[in-house]
Amino acid sequence: MRVNLNVNGEDVTADNVWPGESLLYVLRERLGLPGSKNACEQGECGSCTVYFDGVTACSCMIAAGQAEGREVRTVEGLAEGTGKGGDRTLGVVQEAFVEAGAVQCGFCTPGLLVQTDDLLERTVGAGLGAPGDAEIREALAGNLCRCTGYEKIIDAVHLAAGRRAEEAGSGS
Amino acid sequence: MEFLRPSTLVEALEARSAHPDGVPIMGGTDVMVELNFDKHRPSALIDLTRVPELTEWGWTATARVWAPVSPTPGSSSTCRAGRPRWPRPRGRWPPPDPQPGHGRRQPGRGLPAGEAHPPLLATDAEIELASVRGTRRVRARDFYLSFRTTALRPDELITAVLLPEAAGPQQFAKIGTRNAMVIAVTSFSLALDSERRAVGTGIGSAGPTPLRSEAAEEFLEGEFDWEDGRPLSEAVVRRFGELVASASRPIDDQRGTAEYRRHALSVMARRALSWSVTDYRKGSARCA
Ligand code: FES
Ligand code: FES
Repeated sequence: MRVNLNVNGEDVTADNVWPGESLLYVLRERLGLPGSKNACEQGECGSCTVYFDGVTACSCMIAAGQAEGREVRTVEGLAEGTGKGGDRTLGVVQEAFVEAGAVQCGFCTPGLLVQTDDLLERTVGAGLGAPGDAEIREALAGNLCRCTGYEKIIDAVHLAAGRRAEEAGSGS
Repeated sequence: MEFLRPSTLVEALEARSAHPDGVPIMGGTDVMVELNFDKHRPSALIDLTRVPELTEWGWTATARVWAPVSPTPGSSSTCRAGRPRWPRPRGRWPPPDPQPGHGRRQPGRGLPAGEAHPPLLATDAEIELASVRGTRRVRARDFYLSFRTTALRPDELITAVLLPEAAGPQQFAKIGTRNAMVIAVTSFSLALDSERRAVGTGIGSAGPTPLRSEAAEEFLEGEFDWEDGRPLSEAVVRRFGELVASASRPIDDQRGTAEYRRHALSVMARRALSWSVTDYRKGSARCA
């Protein structure tokens, strides 16, 4: 089966797709985008989180065929710059995770980055101010991390939220 | 394996009827786990995410029509005074809220841990089932037959869930290790109907099917002050919790022991009752 979709702004086609495989498999194994991680394959850990038509979703829980004609944005799409061999700099959220020491083995990181990006879109991005601890914990409740103990991750989200707010302030 | 993409309800029902061994897929929480772990190879997947009739919800004169499948977390979260309070979705697919189209949460599978079930039982909701043969409605209270078995026939799809207009406080409580993505250790739902002077209960994850406690319902219907909603004595609240717990038939599993579940149910039942009585007195079932 052939699946046509838009990934990180580019129209792409995946061929020889088995109808029962997941969007996560298509991204990693057929489209060469290994950023989204496969940790549990059962919708528990959030490592495979991507934007699916603008809504964060576990890509391991989406059948490949369900992605036909849809827009997907992966962790690779969070980096700034347009890619294709051009310079790619880390996005605000990614930068903050590095600085705050929120990355250890890094397996959970792509999912957390996408989910954090979404949280900041819904809060700072919507002019609602930076999210508090409780809101951050709730937003990230679907992302499991076995290394960090989460504290540094929360720090990173605060850091990124502050920077996004600054950016928004100076940009207007 | 075939992948079918019906774009209307009629096409979906035809696909269902032509592929009784096929599996409808929406949120994928159940279906994709089976596929990813190679536990099940259906002859066809029937993608329902493109059927407009199954992704909308709205109001009728007496009921909130809840389409069983909704691809957008949040579409069922709009909450108005007097309407059932569902736990709120947190933007992620599969959402942790009870949207019955979402795999293990959907009534069609009837899994005891599905979070949609207790509120459907408590509020006396109806489930609309359609096939090429026609459409019928089944009360949620008659829908769950035995472990993983419901009244859904092999050629049917759930096309709507009809929730009666709330006439009093409605509560849902769940015990889980986190709010997102985990199924409940056990859950409980309570609805007070001031017009019919009726109590509804629903118990999740504590038996082979979602359950009610008819004894607790009858007991509370007799004890509750339907005129003014005066606070109940501690003995009545405790007895209510005991009756709810004794209606459960839990097992020990990796999420908790049977004993813990029974205890947790009695606590949740007491709390849900106290919240409901307070709401009832305020005369307004506010939206969570
Ligand atoms: S790999 Fe998808 S949720 Fe864990
Ligand atoms: S950094 Fe290792 S799982 Fe999170």
